[in-house]
Amino acid sequence: MPTVNLTYREALRACIIEEMEADQNVFVMGEDIGRYQGTFRVTQGLFDKFGPKRIIDTPIVEPGFTGIAIGAAMTGLRPIVEMMTMSFSILALDQIINHAAKIHYMTGGQAKVPLVVRGPGGAANQLSAQHSHSMEGWYAHTPGLKVVAPATAEDAYGMLRTAIHDDNPVIFTENPGLYGVKGDIELNSGFSVPFGKARIARQGTDVSLIAYSRMVSVCEKAAEELEARGIHCEVIDVRSLLPLDTETIFASVAKTHRAVVVYEDWKSGSFGAEIAARIGEQCFDELDAPVARVGGLNVPMPYSRVLELECIPNEANVIEAVQRLN
Amino acid sequence: MKPNQESPADLELYYRQMVQIRAFENRCNAAYRAGKAGGYLHVYIGMEATAVGWINSLKIGWDYVITAYRDHAHPMLMGSDPVKLMAEIMGRKDGYSHGKGGSMHLYDIEKGFFGGWGIVGGHTPLGAGLAFGSKYKGEDRVTLNFLGDGAANAGVFFETLNMAALWDLPCIFIIENNEFAMGTRLEYHAADTELAKRGYPFGMKHERLDGMDVLQVRQDAKRIVDWVRKNQKPYLVEVMNYRFAGHGAADNDRQLYRTKEEEDKALHRDPIERLEHYLLKNNVMSEEKMEAIREEYETWADDVMEKADASPHPDPSEVYDHVYTDMEPEKGH
Repeated sequence: MPTVNLTYREALRACIIEEMEADQNVFVMGEDIGRYQGTFRVTQGLFDKFGPKRIIDTPIVEPGFTGIAIGAAMTGLRPIVEMMTMSFSILALDQIINHAAKIHYMTGGQAKVPLVVRGPGGAANQLSAQHSHSMEGWYAHTPGLKVVAPATAEDAYGMLRTAIHDDNPVIFTENPGLYGVKGDIELNSGFSVPFGKARIARQGTDVSLIAYSRMVSVCEKAAEELEARGIHCEVIDVRSLLPLDTETIFASVAKTHRAVVVYEDWKSGSFGAEIAARIGEQCFDELDAPVARVGGLNVPMPYSRVLELECIPNEANVIEAVQRLN
Repeated sequence: MKPNQESPADLELYYRQMVQIRAFENRCNAAYRAGKAGGYLHVYIGMEATAVGWINSLKIGWDYVITAYRDHAHPMLMGSDPVKLMAEIMGRKDGYSHGKGGSMHLYDIEKGFFGGWGIVGGHTPLGAGLAFGSKYKGEDRVTLNFLGDGAANAGVFFETLNMAALWDLPCIFIIENNEFAMGTRLEYHAADTELAKRGYPFGMKHERLDGMDVLQVRQDAKRIVDWVRKNQKPYLVEVMNYRFAGHGAADNDRQLYRTKEEEDKALHRDPIERLEHYLLKNNVMSEEKMEAIREEYETWADDVMEKADASPHPDPSEVYDHVYTDMEPEKGH
């Protein structure tokens, strides 16, 4: 099998192509994904390759087309719904949370919803307040959904395959800042990454930096700098929020005795707060310092690049949080 | 009533089905009053002719049906087990969803009945999605997508109509206009009370039809179901009926939104009585036979209720079952 160096965006596209070739029931629908080639170009070329039956340009109506995808999934199709940005999935919350997430339960197991809702989540570059939401915490709050947020091209490729094969609704969030990151992908290998398994992105002994999506690379950079100051950070890439691999997280905390949870979402009431709470509940005896959190500022995302960068956690914020622990 | 185009056997079938639904629904109300059914419960009393006419026009086990929360009659007509339906309404282990759904969330997927939904208008795209699924696979199924007059104002319903028309989905949107969105009368909730016009802006074929004369309903339904199956395009109908009961079992003061005189007038349109007049007048069935049928279903409904009531409540340990197909959620409080 050829191994190629692909961007996160290309890795997603490669996985979609392979899965569509393997299973006629897989199709993609969303706004401007076909003729326009996708706002973030993830679906570039797919319309020419698969045609309008399987690459479906929708009107700009997230509740309606998400609902249609859910209904189609109940008949055995495997829709991949692209949200132009996860911020727009707010319009479809009723369909995703009040319908998709509950169908298997409300039917007593009679119906399944093999649906993937994917798209960019989090801040891009000056897209301001209505296009920069981190939605994963909203979804990871909801039983019946699975929620993943891969940080690397390899995981994007391997986790999207798992998502498409899953018989439950999966929220697949892609930070727009990651679309250009590269990784080595073995194409047509069937490579997949299971949900519920965190990745140890960097080994360390002094403090656990726990993150997902783009914040993993922020933590890795912070870890580099801290290494120079003699602090050995372990970086845990959570990558699957629901199900959550608490085993790997707790094992890391048991080793380092300190934890900093880092996430781009609003600091208050986020999924990062949930991770921190679980560490507090389960690892109290292991901790040498209170669990720390580094989150996005609790403000609507401002337009100004200066203010936007103020909101998004960076390496300096992580370093500062680590230094405060002692 | 329409001139008879139906065989005596079919006429008897429609009569039996309407009487059966009413007897079942009366038992549901009784179960609610007795504390054996809880939550919200909405009966179909007065509207029987609509579901009977439409669902008898389907290929059962092949076509799809979806509706909102007034959902007891539809699966019964599709051959679902009434004991399992009643057990679900009572929240019991032997219900279709093992007590996880209740009155508003009945499902019998094997028969093609896809619920059973509680968010007004929220299920309408799901119904279009069922039609999308069958069309995608090249099947000739028809989907009946029932909704109420209240749901006809929902934004997601308009979105759905647009896509159903845009993509030629074989879906029949059936607005059951019973004149009330819960306790709000049609003219207080819809700027244009001719709801069939909802199809017009999308170039969708649309009609306002009667929903109280089962023979007329059956004739219209057959014509439209056949058209949609053949043409694989959507259709919208507004079916005029009336809800004799309150919105739900908890609605015990109907005079807040309609007068007794109005209700009495509507009762003259009772679909069961209308068919009885027809059957008598045309010598299809005697008064004695009709009386016997009514009694038969009273006994039947008592039996259904008794059997459903014999089903145990679910075990608390079942609470985590079916959250996912392949894993359990986080456990514990």
